[in-house]
Amino acid sequence: MLYREAGQFKATYAEDSQIFPIRQDRIGFWVLMLVFGVAVPLLTNEYWLKAILIPVLIFSLAAIGLNILTGYAGQLSLGSAAFMAVGAFAAYNFILRIEGMPFLVALVLAGVTAALVGILFGLPSLRIKGFYLAVATLAAQFFIVWALVKFPWFSNNSSSGVVTAQDVTILGYTFSTPEAKYVLTFLIVAFMALLAKNMVRSSTGRAWMAVRDMDVAAQVIGFRLMRTKLLAFAVSSFYCGVAGALYAYTYIGTVEPEGFNLDLSFKILFMIIIGGVGSIMGSFLGAAFIVLLPIFLDNFVPMIFGDALGAGFVSNFQLIVFGGLIIFFLIVEPHGLARLWQIAKEKLRLWPFPH
Amino acid sequence: MQFFIEVLVGGLLSGVMYALVALGFVLIYKASGVFNFAQGAMVFFAALTFVGFQEVLPGWLGLEADSGVVFWLAFLLAFIAMIVLGIATERIVLRPLVNQPHITLFMATIGLTYVVEGIAQMTWGANVRGLDLGIVDEPIAWLMDNYEIGVSKFDLFAAGVAASLVALLALLFQYTKVGRALRAVADDHQAALSIGIPLQTIWRVVWAVAGFVALVAGMIWGARNGVQFALTFTALKALPVLILGGFTSVPGAIVGGLIIGASEKLAEVYVGPFVGGGIEGWFPYMLALAFLLFRPEGLFGEKHIDRV
Repeated sequence: MLYREAGQFKATYAEDSQIFPIRQDRIGFWVLMLVFGVAVPLLTNEYWLKAILIPVLIFSLAAIGLNILTGYAGQLSLGSAAFMAVGAFAAYNFILRIEGMPFLVALVLAGVTAALVGILFGLPSLRIKGFYLAVATLAAQFFIVWALVKFPWFSNNSSSGVVTAQDVTILGYTFSTPEAKYVLTFLIVAFMALLAKNMVRSSTGRAWMAVRDMDVAAQVIGFRLMRTKLLAFAVSSFYCGVAGALYAYTYIGTVEPEGFNLDLSFKILFMIIIGGVGSIMGSFLGAAFIVLLPIFLDNFVPMIFGDALGAGFVSNFQLIVFGGLIIFFLIVEPHGLARLWQIAKEKLRLWPFPH
Repeated sequence: MQFFIEVLVGGLLSGVMYALVALGFVLIYKASGVFNFAQGAMVFFAALTFVGFQEVLPGWLGLEADSGVVFWLAFLLAFIAMIVLGIATERIVLRPLVNQPHITLFMATIGLTYVVEGIAQMTWGANVRGLDLGIVDEPIAWLMDNYEIGVSKFDLFAAGVAASLVALLALLFQYTKVGRALRAVADDHQAALSIGIPLQTIWRVVWAVAGFVALVAGMIWGARNGVQFALTFTALKALPVLILGGFTSVPGAIVGGLIIGASEKLAEVYVGPFVGGGIEGWFPYMLALAFLLFRPEGLFGEKHIDRV
């Protein structure tokens, strides 16, 4: 009853092509923005901000990056964590080596660096497809992490490759409290998500989807394959790179190359699969799910079984539940949480009258 | 020159061990089109189950721990466990996902990886265990004395096992009814179904055979490095072998394994020192990648033709 678009007419092209064509969605969107942008940092405690909200936002950004590449352009990648590593270490070096480098500029430069590396490792996609490409992206994963460890220049000659992120300062204001870091992360992620949403709605996104659905057919009707694929790799790596820089600067603070390992890449892949392949919204849902699940299991399993079972049992049980849930989700809803949300919305539109 | 040959032979023989793992991937991919990432976890599961039974069986049956009966009984029980695992996977994971895109199936096998790892460690514990096959890992004296080339007996044994396994599989594929059905399914699902080959039975057989291969691979790797969680990473060693040889080719897995093994060791010895070492993690991938640029389907993979 509340969610009905009757009487909302679109009189201009601009109105017709907006992201949320239904007024209730727009209201809901702004309410969400206010809740997460203003109310949450005011009301929640440090633990929630540091351990849950900031990582969810950052992983959402990385998931959007991978979703652009895998969900929209159809190129399966197992190396997203490596591009995050490139972003993190690039930001570190830009701020370290260039006097007075503004943080936001460093962030963009980190993204650009990751994008360039992404283009380089995207080149094979012009020749190889499917699982061959997926395995080939593992080359990026292993090579980049290895290079960051082996060449101490990247980590300013720190012996173990560990770097500590500098303070985040914008226009003289230092973002030191979790609240401030959260708001900064939130603004950046919201802005980039909006950008991504518009990108995939535009001709760029349509080109990606055409290539995803069948690249030979797309080529036949005049899409430039090389440009489209490499653009997808560049944009995707840009997003992952910025996410990696944020991961270092607003989340963990101290990063090492080994932290961006294959497990992290898989995690991001799970996020888009569970959230929904080819959906920006799904990236957020998936990231929230994957970040919250281990925390939930950590607290939940000892609650049921008691502490008698020991840490080894709990961690193995978590592995099983985690894997089992992924299989369960794939079987029950292969299109992910975003699809569930869509179904719910369609039901809501008719509710309470079925016709 | 002797050193070069030693490195080369050592590389080739360790390549055989990669090929053993890659073989399991190929079998499943060929028959069901599933890129089974859980193969590494299966290797771990199989080896752990074998060692676990070896530990508990003497107590149950009142036998000497090092008697042959225990060894073969443990082997049999581990094989049965792998068959059960294969059938359960087919029933619980694959059947509901029939006709889903390849990426979905691939993701499901990553999920399966976690489940299998969890079950294995939950049942048998996470301790590192030794596995003794009765073959010592020492150079063959005759080669050492006459040519000063150190070739490990153990590596040679592993190569022998791999060769007989491949021969066995080839016989199975060529001369049995099940083998013919397997090849038919690999060729064309639809056509195989329409002439009355039961797809699901075939899948179960394939998973069981892949389980057997995983068991053999797990025992050899386990005897080499100890039965531990790191065995799951053998999957990562097998992936470049796969893309080099082609996903669908059994000979490809062997040849790919040899190429990767040899070049990896040679690169580690001759190139490694210039860049600081530790390159065996990514070198096989780069090699396979460079190779794919010339042959996108790997060495023996089926040529893929796109039709609009």
